[in-house]
Amino acid sequence: MDKLEKMFGSMVIKQRWWIIVATVLIVAAAAGGIRHLAFNNDTRVFFSGKNPQLQALEALENTYNKTNNVLFAIAPKNSDVFTRETLAAVEELTELAWQIPYSSRVNSITNFQHTRAEEDDLIVEDLVQGAGNLADDDLLRIKRIALSEPLLVNRILSPAGHVTGVSVIILAPGKSLNETPKVAAFARKMADDFRKKHPGIKLYLTGGVMMDNAFGEAGLKDMSTLVPLMLLTLVVIVGLSLRSFAGTFATLIIILISMVTGMGMAGWLGIMITAASSSAPTIILTLAVADSVHVLATIFQQMRQGNSKHEAIAESVRINLQPVFLTSITTVIGFLTMNFSDAPPFRDLGNIVAMGVTAAFVYSVLFLPAFMAVIPVRVKPKPDEAVCAGCDRLASFVINRRKVIFWGSLIVIVALTAGMLRIELNDNWIKYFDKSYDIRRASDFTEENLTGFHIIEYSLESGETGGINNPDFLTTVDKFAGWYRQQSKVVNVNTITDTMKRLNKNMHADDESYYRIPKERNLAAQYLLLYEMSLPFGLDLNNQINVDKSATRMIVTLKDTSTTELRATDEKARAWLQANAPESMFTYGSGLSVIWAHLSQRNINSMLGASFVALVLISAILTLALRSFKLGILSLIPNLAPAFMAYGIWGLTVGQVGLGLSVIAAMTLGIVVDDTVHFMSKYIRARREHDLNPAGAVRYAFNTVGTAMWITTLALVAGFMVLALSGYNMNADMGLLSALTISLALILDFLFLPTLLMKVEGKKYELLDKETDATTIDRHDSVFAPVSVGSSSDS
Amino acid sequence: MILFSLLFPLAAAATPEEKGLAIAREADLRDAGFIDFTADLLMILKNKHGQKSVRNIRVRTLEVADDGDKGLTIFDNPKDVKGTAFLTFSHKQGDDDQWLYLPALKRVKRISSRNKSGSFMGSEFAYEDISSQEVEKYTYKWIRDDIYDNRECFVVERYPGDKKNSGYTRQVSWIDKSEYRQWKVEYYDRKNSLLKTLTAKKYQQYLDKYWRADQMYMVNHQNGKSTDLVWSNYKFQVGLKVRDFNKNSLKRAR
Repeated sequence: MDKLEKMFGSMVIKQRWWIIVATVLIVAAAAGGIRHLAFNNDTRVFFSGKNPQLQALEALENTYNKTNNVLFAIAPKNSDVFTRETLAAVEELTELAWQIPYSSRVNSITNFQHTRAEEDDLIVEDLVQGAGNLADDDLLRIKRIALSEPLLVNRILSPAGHVTGVSVIILAPGKSLNETPKVAAFARKMADDFRKKHPGIKLYLTGGVMMDNAFGEAGLKDMSTLVPLMLLTLVVIVGLSLRSFAGTFATLIIILISMVTGMGMAGWLGIMITAASSSAPTIILTLAVADSVHVLATIFQQMRQGNSKHEAIAESVRINLQPVFLTSITTVIGFLTMNFSDAPPFRDLGNIVAMGVTAAFVYSVLFLPAFMAVIPVRVKPKPDEAVCAGCDRLASFVINRRKVIFWGSLIVIVALTAGMLRIELNDNWIKYFDKSYDIRRASDFTEENLTGFHIIEYSLESGETGGINNPDFLTTVDKFAGWYRQQSKVVNVNTITDTMKRLNKNMHADDESYYRIPKERNLAAQYLLLYEMSLPFGLDLNNQINVDKSATRMIVTLKDTSTTELRATDEKARAWLQANAPESMFTYGSGLSVIWAHLSQRNINSMLGASFVALVLISAILTLALRSFKLGILSLIPNLAPAFMAYGIWGLTVGQVGLGLSVIAAMTLGIVVDDTVHFMSKYIRARREHDLNPAGAVRYAFNTVGTAMWITTLALVAGFMVLALSGYNMNADMGLLSALTISLALILDFLFLPTLLMKVEGKKYELLDKETDATTIDRHDSVFAPVSVGSSSDS
Repeated sequence: MILFSLLFPLAAAATPEEKGLAIAREADLRDAGFIDFTADLLMILKNKHGQKSVRNIRVRTLEVADDGDKGLTIFDNPKDVKGTAFLTFSHKQGDDDQWLYLPALKRVKRISSRNKSGSFMGSEFAYEDISSQEVEKYTYKWIRDDIYDNRECFVVERYPGDKKNSGYTRQVSWIDKSEYRQWKVEYYDRKNSLLKTLTAKKYQQYLDKYWRADQMYMVNHQNGKSTDLVWSNYKFQVGLKVRDFNKNSLKRAR
């Protein structure tokens, strides 16, 4: 085994030019894939084809139509929509909105199809026509009608009449990725023109399509801002720790080409980038650093000891090949398990990072040493050894107070883990954008003043052709709508029964007492026929009634609701249907919010399995590498506890966990395991080769890898903290929780792991702290001493 | 009109607009003089989800010399609207007059709406697609000649005169040169994107003069829904009178 590594080391030096040329070619080939990377701006990418809630929604959309929209929220500064100026502006905007690409319906208070009776005529017309010339009486009349219309209030008109909306339903063919940006650009231009023309009216642009667009833009924005920031952070950290220009430069190259390779291969494989997988480059950069740092540190250390550069490089490769391989493969396994996720963007993220990390490993053991062999490297003779004075003090502290620290850590672990009980699953996909985004500010304003964004939709089946005209069915639907209107957070219920009641009233000379469901089935059907014949393009009832008139769609709009509340409401509604409606009517609520409401739970369930697989694989690798079944099993505790504690802290402080955070446990497992590997392998080497007792071995481990662990962890935490700056909260939260997990892992490896090792192994041995022995042996291992797991000989 | 086309045969039409108008007039002329006809119509509605639904109606049309035709449509199915009858007087100028008799209410209601672009009975046909196609309601432009389904055709665009109440900016029709039958129409919505395509099949000639298609297929490209029209039982010159087309006749229609 060691022979192979030795050969590998000298081979790298001998073939250095070939390796450099080959690397350049490979990177160039991979980089070619980057031009194939496309940003997907459909938020539905989070739902896999197997998602049952998505299938239900698609069935509903194929029966009626899709309701993705652009919403202009119009807020006149005088807080009254019903003025000539504002109504004229709305009328104009409504007309223009038909020009938005892929628009299929436009709904506003001005084109609302108001119906009234005049003798034997049914008059169906736009509620507002020629707003600029309306008399004061007309304005009052329009206001009265609009504010009492259930189809308008809390949907495109605030109950106070101070804000109104123009909602444009977009039916994009979904054939190309630029459809959404095209719609968004058009809508933005319209909004800008409107604002210029009407300084007295504030206009906010939101709606599902605009959110989709922001979702695409968020990914692009993250890539263009976070990646440079990440590079800068890493250069500073690596520069400070290596104190070598050549080393820092080489590291920068390695992490860049690793990122380019990962992203390029993603491009060749046809993986599309989404806001969620846009964090891949940042994560690859972060993870790629550690490998180079380990290899470079040994080179410098060897050179300081007087070895020639080539000797130092060969030695570094020999020592590092195995541990770098080991830490890389555990990381790769951790990320690959994201393939278990129910949300495809996380599968992509996992695969892209896994490819990047694999590339980083290959480049770190081939290109890096070859590159170092050809560039000039100077090493300042350092007044060494003082570097890890802190490590030794920490070692003494841990060894002397091992009992207190062991039990103390255990209590903290358990206490923090218990915080997980306070976790509430919540995915508010509207709030995924932070307040630096226009869309978030517009959506917040809209939700506060106009309508909600959370929708539960039903396709209510009557069970017979034409059954929607059945008075019994209509009455039940009406009661269901009435029940829904009583529920908290529900702001609007859109149902055909309101139209029916209005028509019945119109047909009886606008007599209010007839504002009820028609008593006969034929009557209802014929009213509807009459009404349908009177509607203009894009305002027909086909989005509310299916083709054979056996089912009708009901849309419930909720405001400021959490995932849990939404699911509870949906469940209560099902119970209501079960108790009060015929069997045919029973159905599940659908809609994007409903899918999101179930998504985190689905994803957590699938990721639990993933975490288990990762855990088994990684533990098996550790057991093999450490050549100790017992230590392999023991390593489970410091590997698992950080994620538990991090979730616990999250539960105690933030409380809400969304989709992004459900993948963290599996993802971080492969990363946090690295520090454990480093520490335990040093510990084992001290025990086996230097014949130290557990306490001595702990001290040895501290002194040899303490600083390396500290610095690589710093780089990782810094990397994930940069991700935490993302304006897309799903990524920001992932970054924050990963940083927390990795920090906790280091703390546990420094405090809990040594005391655990001493506790378990201490029974057999006399616990003598052979301080002098441990600190003198392997002084030359120094700061960035690599792990040499499983190798029998030593440097 | 006859005089006009004698004076300006097609070949002489100078501009594409004049040529387009001349083609429309010729087509109208060739269909003139049918006096009246009745037919049965089956509508088959399909949505993107694959669900189907049918409507059965009967139509009666009376040719009016100096104005648009009078039409009476009787609904047989769905059964909830059986006996409902729809009367239209189309006009060359101004809005059409429309009445609907509701048997459940036993009353005739006038539809007072300028809207003609909405869906007809939930189908992909709008009222403006199936109402009497008066030449005066549009302006025209000949685009090019084309071969469609092995027939030499004119491709003519027409633009609605009543822009505000039409759902379209333009319609592109393929009209064969030999018989002036309309084989295909593309409907472009208000933002000038392709909305629907109508294709006609199985034209039959009645009274050695009047061509009617047995099948018409309308597909909506934007929402994925479609409607098939299947015509049958065409009868020409059955002796319909003006008095068969008034509010009283509506109630009697069966």
